[in-house]
Amino acid sequence: MRKKRIKIYIATLVAAVIAILFLMPIVLTITNSFMSSSEISSNYGTVFATNEKGGKVYISNKVNLKFIPDMVSFSQYVTVLLKSPEYLLKFWNSVILVVPILIFQLVVASLTSYAFTRLRGRLKEMIFFTYIILMLMPYQVTLVPNYLVSSWLHILNTRWAIWLPGVFSPFAVYLLTKFMRRIPKGVIEAAQIDGAGEWQIFRKICMPLCKGALCSVAILVFIDYWNMVEQPLILLSDTEMHPLSIFLSKINSGEIGLAFAVATIYMVPCLLVFLYGEDYLVEGITYQGGIKG
Amino acid sequence: MKLFSRLKEVKLYKKQNKELHCHSKGDKKRRLGLMLFLAPSLSGVSIFFILPFAVVFYYALVDNPISQQFAYLDNFVKVMGNGAFQLAALNTLKFSAVAVPLAVLLSLGLALLLEREIPYRSQFRTFFLTPMMVPVASIVLIFQVLFHYNGAMNDVLAFLGISKIDWFKSSYAQIVIVILFLWKNLGYNMILFMAAISSIPKDILEVAVLESASAWKIFIHIKIRYLSSTILFVTILSLISSFKVFREIYLLTGDYPYDTLYMLQHFMNNTFQSLDYQKLSAAAIIMSIVMIIIIGILFITENRFGKDMEE
Repeated sequence: MRKKRIKIYIATLVAAVIAILFLMPIVLTITNSFMSSSEISSNYGTVFATNEKGGKVYISNKVNLKFIPDMVSFSQYVTVLLKSPEYLLKFWNSVILVVPILIFQLVVASLTSYAFTRLRGRLKEMIFFTYIILMLMPYQVTLVPNYLVSSWLHILNTRWAIWLPGVFSPFAVYLLTKFMRRIPKGVIEAAQIDGAGEWQIFRKICMPLCKGALCSVAILVFIDYWNMVEQPLILLSDTEMHPLSIFLSKINSGEIGLAFAVATIYMVPCLLVFLYGEDYLVEGITYQGGIKG
Repeated sequence: MKLFSRLKEVKLYKKQNKELHCHSKGDKKRRLGLMLFLAPSLSGVSIFFILPFAVVFYYALVDNPISQQFAYLDNFVKVMGNGAFQLAALNTLKFSAVAVPLAVLLSLGLALLLEREIPYRSQFRTFFLTPMMVPVASIVLIFQVLFHYNGAMNDVLAFLGISKIDWFKSSYAQIVIVILFLWKNLGYNMILFMAAISSIPKDILEVAVLESASAWKIFIHIKIRYLSSTILFVTILSLISSFKVFREIYLLTGDYPYDTLYMLQHFMNNTFQSLDYQKLSAAAIIMSIVMIIIIGILFITENRFGKDMEE
């Protein structure tokens, strides 16, 4: 009994150490964002500068990592939020790129997944298989066709080049189909026998049953596109339209304090989503892994 | 009892199917209606993915977009022989070879750790999952500070009596990226393993405990057996996400990283700049073939896995 207790203590200790390591980068970013500019520069000096080729050169010769600011200061946030509109503009860029994709991908995917769950036959299996293959392709592969279509449609360097492929991305379809297959056949068949049409079954039965699933999918889609880097790099040559994720990596020396504040603001939506939707997220991952599918 | 109810279900199902088949006219109408549900996505996917893919395939086979002479496999040979492509492919391969096994083993470890009766289990799960939610762009800054030449990581090494390492400008750069990759992906894999562990039949474990099998024996003979297909599955998923590590590298080191961090996406980005369609297309086709092979393995695994679970 005693041996068991010691074992549990050790396991807890290990878990705690790992948890600290996992959370450290996040916590450090947040605490550093509450330091005043003078404190930041006395801690880090000029951490890095961007050379003419776009690579990074290290300048400073002392970097003191500090966990807790000497004095909590909101000066960085004041600068970011009130004095320098370019950061807010980039944040807005991220929002405007992600939200339409999120909404319309979910709408299109719900319709599609419903059809996939209801239809039977070889052709449907083949289409679904194609979707899965497309879903798993890395950007190295899918960006070439995306670029081609965008140039044909003359939407290169506009937000449409990101929105349209995003809306039709097969990811949400795959996940929602996995969820919808779990709806008992009897429920749908009963409605069918009662004379409900497909639209009615979809609206009145399928969608209400899939509320949780839609949340899971929405969270996964949201993190995916909020994190987006590859697509804007290739499809939006105008850096004015780039999302905050790319802009953050380009922030120059001397502004590192600001960068911490921007980085914190950038992760706040994700952390909020996580706070409210952790269970949905876990469920989404489990389905994605096909373990319950 | 279970068998009985199952039989009843099947009977009922067959009866219903028969009924449905009787109204084959209505059935046809339903199918047509369902095709309408499918239409938006199918047209979108065709326009934005499938059709251009066919064109990419065509471009990979011709010598240039204007004369469109059939070039056999010249473009592929050229890309394969390209030094930058070889470097990128080799680096990607090297990275995957290190990062994927670690991602599988460590996340299995985490899942097993959380399976124990330790206090604050759900909090720990939350903590391990948090990195997955945080955008990489937000934490690259702190990584740059931590792995700075005069930064905390080198201070720790100095404390251990190891000389300083120039993390981003040496072959150690890959280590930083592996750490970042693991930090980001372990939580996700852990959830998959946790789901698999919880689906191991409890009675088998209980019998093993009653027969006083050691924890190690239970792990090797029971858990691993039940987890084997999940392990393979997670391996392949990690492999696929390891191909996406460009994002982390780009955000950490910019357009021109140290040689060992030059990945396939860098190669593609540079080729995009010169807009060499033949090179781009051939490279994309080569990579998609590799991906299709990997996905094929994934599918075979999942099929076998699905059957395992039903038994």
